[in-house]
Amino acid sequence: MQAALNRALAEILAEDPKAVVLGEDVGRLGGVFRITDGLQQRFGADRVFDTPLAESGILGMSVGLAMAGFRPIPEVQFDGFAYPAVNQIITQLARMNYRSRGTLPMPVTLRVPSFGGIRAPEHHGESLEALFAHVPGLKVVSPSSPHEAYHLLKHSVARPDPVIFMEPKSRYWQKGDVALDDAGPLEGAKVVRPGKHVTLVAWGAMVARCLAVAELAAEDGIEVEVLDLRWLKPIDADGLAASVARTRRAVVVHEAPLTSGLGAEVAALITERCFDTLRAPVGRVTGFDVPYPSGDLEDEYIPNIDRILFGIQRVLEYRRG
Amino acid sequence: MDNNLQPAALPAEELRQLYRLVTAVRQLDLAAIAWQRQGIIPGYAPELGQEAAQVGSAFAMDPELDFVFPTYREMGVALTMGVDMTAYMSTHKASWHGGLYDPVQTRLAPIQAVVGGSVLHAVGWAHGQTLSGTRGVALTYFGDGASSQGDVHEAMNFAGVLKAPVIFFVQNNCWAISLPTEAQVAGGTVAARAAGYGIKAITVDGNDAAAVVLATREAAAHARAGHGPVLIEAMTYRRGPHSTSDDPGRYRSLEEERRDAGADPVQLLADRLLAEGIADRGFLDTALQDANANADRVREGVMQLGTRPGSEMFDFVFAEPTEALKAQARAWREESEHV
Repeated sequence: MQAALNRALAEILAEDPKAVVLGEDVGRLGGVFRITDGLQQRFGADRVFDTPLAESGILGMSVGLAMAGFRPIPEVQFDGFAYPAVNQIITQLARMNYRSRGTLPMPVTLRVPSFGGIRAPEHHGESLEALFAHVPGLKVVSPSSPHEAYHLLKHSVARPDPVIFMEPKSRYWQKGDVALDDAGPLEGAKVVRPGKHVTLVAWGAMVARCLAVAELAAEDGIEVEVLDLRWLKPIDADGLAASVARTRRAVVVHEAPLTSGLGAEVAALITERCFDTLRAPVGRVTGFDVPYPSGDLEDEYIPNIDRILFGIQRVLEYRRG
Repeated sequence: MDNNLQPAALPAEELRQLYRLVTAVRQLDLAAIAWQRQGIIPGYAPELGQEAAQVGSAFAMDPELDFVFPTYREMGVALTMGVDMTAYMSTHKASWHGGLYDPVQTRLAPIQAVVGGSVLHAVGWAHGQTLSGTRGVALTYFGDGASSQGDVHEAMNFAGVLKAPVIFFVQNNCWAISLPTEAQVAGGTVAARAAGYGIKAITVDGNDAAAVVLATREAAAHARAGHGPVLIEAMTYRRGPHSTSDDPGRYRSLEEERRDAGADPVQLLADRLLAEGIADRGFLDTALQDANANADRVREGVMQLGTRPGSEMFDFVFAEPTEALKAQARAWREESEHV
């Protein structure tokens, strides 16, 4: 996935002279995850530049660059360091198009290395999707594979609206084919494994885990459909409904805490559209309402295969009272 | 204060223009407070005493090249830049956050209430000029209160590192709502901080419109020549309340206000014009009449603004609206019988 993102950025910079990459250590170092590796050497320090260590500054500056006609692609180094930038993201980036009645659009794609799974220190693994998805004016997307990462990044940067691009850092070194000339649909959700007994709804790193769960469940004759939600704002309600209409059961899986997480939104959308066909309440297998724990406890916190299998079992065995 | 800035260095016609502008701002500002009391607008942020700082700084900018980033108390800047004042006042009429003027055409970014929020935008916009090889200068306004915000420090540091062509224009009006400067600004002045960021600083008498013009021109020339940012601290005084909802009597007496406010910027300029024979009483009277006529025209425009159509609420959230938002707009129409 790292190579796919790197290649996508290189192509974006080559194709659009107004595209600029900025952030901490994105230039000479090529980013702590090497996503911007070699880009400064190739495109120069005007197009790919290191900023001082200040996330609000990076985002506020991106707003100004967009006002000047640029297409900024800022990076915050780790998800937890997006918090110092939240004011600029919410009060400025998300609202400038609105505030200016459409005269100052914000084609800004904020790349956020996201979620846990790498046993990182505090603030180096967070799940911010519900926070950003709740903000009017922002779009939120998370790729699950190298193919999705390549195409969704190019698609996001080409949009005239701000996109929070949540890269699952535990998948950076995952290998996979990228069909360069065949992006497939770039909007909405995607069925990545068809099945007829239950739909698992996931995004980012949880997609691969749900595919592994589906493999195991298949051994017991349970055919699990895995839906990669991809866009967390806007959520593809039609895609969700189409899948659940087939399977009549759904479990949403996410790393973020349960309460007011995106799973609640997914469950509500499914209930609104599929209430008559649902055989069980929408299940949720999520992180807990605790701060993202240390590496030693991470495996207990992130939904693992057993917990997801339990979640499937609960909706399959549900009996109306 | 920088004593090299000799107001007399300005041509007589520019001094007369400045007087017409500060008078127009004074009368419109006073009128807007009256409109609020009359129920024509729900609220307003007065700027009594800051006319010279605002008019003088905006007067120095090149509307073809430069871009200006206001907060919510820069009516005088907007007027000087030739922004349609009904469109500007619409934000105080509660028609639209940011105002109904076109920021791209007017070169004035939308009004906003997050003090310090737009200071970083100015740095980004200014760095964009460096990247594209254009000669524009960004002018960003904030106050002594906003100088406490982290974004202002990040902006000054970024601009210093990048040598961005930006002018940080501080209107030190001595008050951040109820908190006086000495309880707000460690180190005494905002200008003192500039040195720490490698930024040139100019302190100017913010009650002296001509001095402000000269300071801002000097700063713009410095930035435009690629020498990096400049911080101008204009020492002013907010004579009235912070907003029409504020009661300054709770934190200062009228006597203190009279004692601390310094020279009235409009009177100061009038006295100089008369003393130097640049204008006569007739000129000053005409300027006042024109200013009042302008305020009346704006009042008329504001009264005719009407209510915005509810559908606009949905129109500008995204450049590419989502299906979900379109569905909410449709539902709103049905539920409100606005079909």
